Amino acid sequence: MIRVENLTRTYGSFTAVDDVSFVARPGRVTGFLGPNGAGKSTTMRVLVGLTPATEGTATIGGRRFVDLPNPGREVGVLLDASAQHAGRTGREILTIAQRTLGLPADRVDAMLERVSLTEEESQRRVRHYSLGMRQRLGIAVALIGDPASLVLDEPANGLDPAGIRWMRDLLRGYADAGGSVLLSSHLLHEIEVVADDLVVIGNGRIVASGTKAELLAGSGTLVRARDLDALHRALTESAVTFSPLDGGFRADADAELVGKVAHAAGVPLLELRAADGAGLEEMFLELTATTQREGVAA
Amino acid sequence: MSATTVPGTTPADNGATEARTFDPIPFSRVVSVELRKMFDTRSGFWLMASIGILAVLATGAVVLFAPDDKLTYEAYASAIGIPMTVILPVIAVLSVTGEWSQRTGLTTFTFVPGRGRVIGAKALCSVGVGVVSIVLAAAVGAVGNVVGSAIAGLDTVWDVSVSELALITLAQVIGLMVGFMLGVLLRSSAAAIVAYFVYAFVLAGLTELLAASQDWFADARGWIDYNYAQVPLFDGALTATQWAQLAVTTFVWLVVPLAVGLRMVLRSEVK
Repeated sequence: MIRVENLTRTYGSFTAVDDVSFVARPGRVTGFLGPNGAGKSTTMRVLVGLTPATEGTATIGGRRFVDLPNPGREVGVLLDASAQHAGRTGREILTIAQRTLGLPADRVDAMLERVSLTEEESQRRVRHYSLGMRQRLGIAVALIGDPASLVLDEPANGLDPAGIRWMRDLLRGYADAGGSVLLSSHLLHEIEVVADDLVVIGNGRIVASGTKAELLAGSGTLVRARDLDALHRALTESAVTFSPLDGGFRADADAELVGKVAHAAGVPLLELRAADGAGLEEMFLELTATTQREGVAA
Repeated sequence: MSATTVPGTTPADNGATEARTFDPIPFSRVVSVELRKMFDTRSGFWLMASIGILAVLATGAVVLFAPDDKLTYEAYASAIGIPMTVILPVIAVLSVTGEWSQRTGLTTFTFVPGRGRVIGAKALCSVGVGVVSIVLAAAVGAVGNVVGSAIAGLDTVWDVSVSELALITLAQVIGLMVGFMLGVLLRSSAAAIVAYFVYAFVLAGLTELLAASQDWFADARGWIDYNYAQVPLFDGALTATQWAQLAVTTFVWLVVPLAVGLRMVLRSEVK
């Protein structure tokens, strides 16, 4: 359980993180979304004790990160996969982690296998790693202590499509086994696919948070028919608000109601489903638009 | 109990579902990891190797070029001492600044949030490496002294006592700690190394000039100029006043800025 309460971090007169509170629960992937400079990374750095908070608290399993006796055993952290000594080999970086945390030596090989880095790759120096390989190594370092929580800043950056799928499956499996995952990303589709809960931040403030289902429910139902005029009439008569979308309509009602309306009017439907896909992107832009404009005006 | 994870929520590979508690990381483990980090890169390895290499080169130079009447252990000790005064502080600087310049601090300080422990371990490792290096270099010089005098057909002269060697070692360790202090204070490899050369060489020249032109400074110099206060360490013996001067200048020029730097490291952001 990762809990952030009333967290504020200021730099002089600039407030990078403004009274932020949220929770990342066990068994769930919590997606942390926001435009560049919104305060995601600052919040994560405060969470793991690298940046002092101006006000408020961040706890992991009820304790501040700096109070954990061996934090690497309780929280896996990946803030920047490129923040490694370029002259060390991947294996050496894992060995340093394994020794620092006091783990058996075979954890190094186990982690290399877990993130699919080959023996040959592990003996290369990190300067010769692609960003994708660095992300895999970073995940291995985060997982080596077998922690109950994960804090990952943009872990899908630089991964190829197969790598992104791998990362998604890994996080899903980790959460399903009871772990708490806090994951920031600007790749909205990735967040939408993997996250159970969402926290949206703009200009240092939380602009929305809740389960993905709750937050995306507002995007309504996509309905298509060959006879759009008939569908238009039926929806208008039923007092469902709707708007044109992709050769059909996006109705502010659940699929069952829209289906009943169409059925009653005798309009054959081509498609009827929750309006997802662009849902998160639209929500994201909508929620952060005002804070972005304020940012420009200020 | 907040110190444990909720039963059944641990995504452990080993399937452990009971509440887990962990022992704190002992300081000895931090020290051993920091020592490993000084050697485990190519640049780090060659920096360490350069101590041995330069000791051998300096010894060879004395054997080849020194006049016969100067072929005593003192010649070897001086020749080897010069590269040491440069390399040892650089090793100390890099052991600290690497965490920032290579950004490894992001990992180091999340594994060990007590930054003071990490810095303390680094200080211990740097001093340890420094002392071992000096002993090694002294041994190389001793071999050179035996070989050199044999080649020249002279009696081997041992004109540096153990207590003199100990004082030289102390001077080298102070120099190394000045490098360490600048690393902690500046947290940038280039800035700290440049600052060290200013501290050790430029400042020494300037105070020399000042002492030549200003009598009051020449009189008080031992209490102000830390380079000057260290000179007796290379001469084999110190008076009580000289010890006091060494203590005062080391406190002002090394201990105080180190304390300031430590405070900054503990409070700063790691990015």
